Amino acid sequence: MDKKTRPRSAGYAPYLAPGLLLCLIFLVVPLLMTFGYSFTSWQGIGSPTWTGLDNYTRLLSDADFWASFRNIFFVIVGIAVVPTLLGLLLAAVLFDYIGKKHGDRLVSAFRSGLYLPQVIPVAVTGLMWGWILAPKGAVNGILEKVGLSSLSQNWLGNPDLALWVVLFVLVWMQLGYPLVLFLSGLQRIDPELYEAADLDGASWWQRFTRITVPLLRPEVYVVLVTTTIAGLKVFAQIFVLTGGGPGNSTLVPSYFAYQNFFERADVGYGSAISSTMSLLVLLIAGAFLTRQAREDGRA
Amino acid sequence: MSTDTRSAAPGTAPEPRPGGPRAARPRRRAAARSGSARRTPLSYAVTAGIALFVLAFLAPFVIIVLNSFKTTADYRKNGPLSWPEAWNWDIIGDVWKQVGFTEKLTNSVTISLGVVVIAIALALFNAYAIGIGRVRWRTPLLVFFLGVNVLPQEGLVYPVYYLFKELGLYDGKLGYTILVGVIYSAFGTYLLTSVFSGFPRELIEAASLDGAGRWTILWRIVLPMSWPTLSVMCVFFFVWSWNEFLFPVVLLISNENQTVPLGLSVMQGQYTSNPTALSAAALLGVLPMVIFFFVFQRTLTRGMTAGAVK
Repeated sequence: MDKKTRPRSAGYAPYLAPGLLLCLIFLVVPLLMTFGYSFTSWQGIGSPTWTGLDNYTRLLSDADFWASFRNIFFVIVGIAVVPTLLGLLLAAVLFDYIGKKHGDRLVSAFRSGLYLPQVIPVAVTGLMWGWILAPKGAVNGILEKVGLSSLSQNWLGNPDLALWVVLFVLVWMQLGYPLVLFLSGLQRIDPELYEAADLDGASWWQRFTRITVPLLRPEVYVVLVTTTIAGLKVFAQIFVLTGGGPGNSTLVPSYFAYQNFFERADVGYGSAISSTMSLLVLLIAGAFLTRQAREDGRA
Repeated sequence: MSTDTRSAAPGTAPEPRPGGPRAARPRRRAAARSGSARRTPLSYAVTAGIALFVLAFLAPFVIIVLNSFKTTADYRKNGPLSWPEAWNWDIIGDVWKQVGFTEKLTNSVTISLGVVVIAIALALFNAYAIGIGRVRWRTPLLVFFLGVNVLPQEGLVYPVYYLFKELGLYDGKLGYTILVGVIYSAFGTYLLTSVFSGFPRELIEAASLDGAGRWTILWRIVLPMSWPTLSVMCVFFFVWSWNEFLFPVVLLISNENQTVPLGLSVMQGQYTSNPTALSAAALLGVLPMVIFFFVFQRTLTRGMTAGAVK
């Protein structure tokens, strides 16, 4: 039997080749090209001129870039932090209270309702909210009905408010993701734990902080990692809701790069922005991964 | 609506959770004493509160539905919150025609199916080599696929746009479909490899001793056994691809290539003076995915957990 003498892993290379090659061509080559362009001045036609680190020094003193960077923290709050906190609370109420007293069917219906925005195309969500928040839209209509028309305004057009409104829409879009993950994580928890806590006279809040939250740590970790990375990359939401405006009040790096690529034909500068962000995302993802690998090793 | 939260994870006690109305089932004394399953006025109030919250949460959809059937006159007179005076289907019909919705739907379905096929095939081959074949450098390879998977699209978009123009793939469905398929295959590879690492090796070795080649083993043993994971991946890749935005904005510019979300978001600029038409456009964009959601609800919720916590 000469099969046995063959190394176990021989003969698999042909299976790996197409996928790896396509990844290199379609993803790695463009990434390296972007990195290359970031050291040049180029309008997208003709040949790029080498300018060294000029784009990066320009970046450091660009108020728009810093504004986009500040806004990204708000976006992460809206995409990662608030939905996680709200999701934990809702998941616990649904699982440990409503589910026990009023049945799983109700929980399942609530969960479906809250998850729905997750599957709607972001562009369409933007269309919908843009319509609702428009100066003559539904929100102002409601305010008028309840006699608070003095509060009505152009929600996405007010530079002091736009970012907060965007943040609100982001929470609306994102809430379903942690909720579904947490609800399924709770299935893992031994019901006897809750019963024992009940026996000891623990209140609902104590069960929440001492049992639910600690046991959902893996899920919370996953949600925070994935959504933080998604927050750094956020594009479509801003594109359809505000276009980065008014001014630069809701500008984010990816949209800023897009503007430089396709609206200002400043490809070199756009490349410097997206190279910086790509590097940042890779570093953060790498840090999370190493941390997790270390924890897995310890466990 | 069905519950799919029943499947208890391994390690969970086999006893069913206290489940609401059927409180007559044998219970532990602990729960019985504290009465955690008893309905109280407070529990009704909490439930009503959550129900209200969910309703408010879904209100945008209701508002869109209400206004997609109003004539402009009705809207101007009664505002966005009223019930339509008459359910007028013409607005949706007009928008459907203007947007070329049939064409957009066909584009979205074709592209998404193509993306699913490409991504699944590539991921399956990659993961077969890495997870089951245990090729050399499999850890660096996995890190590579994971890294590729988190890359921001903005880091690739300009060179892809430029290269597609040079290669004649710009504004075409083929190049775009391959591109998105390749991106998703990186995620699929990562997910499938972790599934395959728990694959029973005896099975493969037995088949190999019986003279089965690599291809036969993949086709006859690995593929059928990984179908549960693959089906979840199919559903997710379909939704993701349907909802893609940056690449289609840049790469699919002409009318006959645009996808549903894109074709509709263009309306935003054109219909500013026609609010009910804009609302109808939003409704048209929401509907396909709502239908998809209700059909594949179980798979979607099951899949999220499979993908996220390995």
